[in-house]
Amino acid sequence: MPVFELGAVKIEVDEDGFMQEPDKWNEDIAKALATTEGVSEMSEEHWKLVHYLRDYYLKFGIAPMIRKLCKETSLPLKRIYELYPSGPAKGACKVAGLAKPTGCV
Amino acid sequence: MTEPKLKPDEVASIDYVVPPEGWTRTLPDLRKGTFNYGANPKSAQYLGLPNPRAWQPMEADWKLPPDWQRIVLEGLRERLSKYRSLQVFMDVCVRCGACADKCHFYIGSGDPKNMPVLRAELLRSVYRNDFTAAGKILGSLAGARPLTIDVIKEWFLYFYQCTECRRCSVFCPYGIDTAEITMMGRELLNLLGLGIDWITTPASNCFRTGNHLGIQPHGFKDSVDFALDDLESIFGVRVEAPINKKGAEILFVVPSADYFGDPHYFGFLGYLALFHEIGLDYTLSTFASEGGNFGLFHSSEMMKRLNAKIYAEARRLGVKWIIGGECGHMWRVLHQYMDTMNGPADFLEAPVSPITGTPFENAASTKMVHIAEFTADLIKHGKVKLDCSRNDHWRVTFHDSCNPARAMGLFEEPRFVLKSVCNNFFEMPENTIREETFCCGSGSGIGTDENLEMRMRGGFPRANAVRHVHEKHGVNLLACICAIDKATLPPLMEFWVPGVQVAALHELVGNALVMKGEKRTGDLRGQPFAAEKGGKKDA
Repeated sequence: MPVFELGAVKIEVDEDGFMQEPDKWNEDIAKALATTEGVSEMSEEHWKLVHYLRDYYLKFGIAPMIRKLCKETSLPLKRIYELYPSGPAKGACKVAGLAKPTGCV
Repeated sequence: MTEPKLKPDEVASIDYVVPPEGWTRTLPDLRKGTFNYGANPKSAQYLGLPNPRAWQPMEADWKLPPDWQRIVLEGLRERLSKYRSLQVFMDVCVRCGACADKCHFYIGSGDPKNMPVLRAELLRSVYRNDFTAAGKILGSLAGARPLTIDVIKEWFLYFYQCTECRRCSVFCPYGIDTAEITMMGRELLNLLGLGIDWITTPASNCFRTGNHLGIQPHGFKDSVDFALDDLESIFGVRVEAPINKKGAEILFVVPSADYFGDPHYFGFLGYLALFHEIGLDYTLSTFASEGGNFGLFHSSEMMKRLNAKIYAEARRLGVKWIIGGECGHMWRVLHQYMDTMNGPADFLEAPVSPITGTPFENAASTKMVHIAEFTADLIKHGKVKLDCSRNDHWRVTFHDSCNPARAMGLFEEPRFVLKSVCNNFFEMPENTIREETFCCGSGSGIGTDENLEMRMRGGFPRANAVRHVHEKHGVNLLACICAIDKATLPPLMEFWVPGVQVAALHELVGNALVMKGEKRTGDLRGQPFAAEKGGKKDA
């Protein structure tokens, strides 16, 4: 498994840079992972998405539907792509320490 | 992580010149963008698969078991005796080449090993070497070659550059099913632990939670509840969607992406709205929460394990029969294998529509009816009120998803439904639709990111046909009935034909549906309808 290292952060990731042990996630890891998504500064909106994803993940063990994410955070999909250029699943979920959704998605 | 962006004009300049040194001396080139990552060992372990370990195709050492040659040859021997079709396919091909230019991966890549005849030859050459007298005596003169590590690497590359779409089989004068050869190739690779993660992890999720995404029962309910709220805001009517309801007449099984992904979800809204309107007595299930079956892309054993839950849940809930949603490969499994693999489902009844009384004789044995057949029958009998003008913002064409088309012959029903719910429908050229439909290029479990270049190449012929109707008729919507299509056609369109969106058949049904007591605010995407124009077609 590749290891991602930045400053004091050192975590196992998969080939696409997703965390392998989501339970070890913390905000420092989020900030470090964000740099791999071209996000150098986490704004309030960046955190809003990440915290929503994180809370949902803790309840349900997976990311929410994209429609639900947009509705509950009041952020349109277009805005999410501006915040995380690889999008909600590949960008925001990665920063929130979630696994990449698999299957027909 | 930003990668250098693929450019359509570069991908479209395809070199069809055959390498001069001959195919057996051309070594596999595991170039980034053309293959998939190896299976995560945790997923492989969960499924009890052989040789779980961390490995990646781009590394030199694939960490194979020491007796890997014996394992593969034993595996091939076993399959030759188990599947008469495989034995026939190995012996009967005369290499006429009728299939050669029918493969979307060959058209899009120019790599001769993507000609179906040569893809099969990758396996056939080993078969000749070890299982035929001519090959044992004459060796390469008889087209035989020994099994080496490079052969294994070549199998890995090309059996995962085939989407098992079976377009080539339509043109084979012997009817060789090249998808079955790929399936056997993948089974043999999996005996060595050479599975890809985009298949193994969904299969493992499916075995654990009932669906490829790994959604647990409370998550399933959360998504369905969200959909019901969404429907209420669109229709102004509160719709119910029973979950795990014992004694319901019908079990409804959908691909999990329908209640997770975009644009699949809008089709899911369409199903729920339609079932409410006709008062169908049905239930969803948190256990049979996946119609798709990535086991099909792994091995027949895995397919059987993942499929077993559908009949088991139908029995537990005491339903009479089953309806299945818009999923592609699911229908190859349901239509061609389920009945003999996990049946007979003699505890179920032969399906009869409770709304129209139509018996679905084609499903008398499997007891499972395709949603497009069910809906087409409703419309044919005038059981739903439809307003086509509500789809006037779309100019629609239809992509025949490979498996519903070639594995079950579902050509007319989706077209009948589309023409009943849209005013603007245009067909793509005739050699690119129906049984000659071109694959999305991302089916059979390879629809992920690391092989994006190969997906854009494989999807090129489909996209090219869409571009034709986009330019000629202003088509801006590609309708389809497969969850993999809905996930992978949007990036394909963005790459080759910007301006064309992708939708589920039942999204368009839901748009046109006039619900009793409705106070409509717009279409299922939450957009306002186009200005009232065009005649209303009430079915």
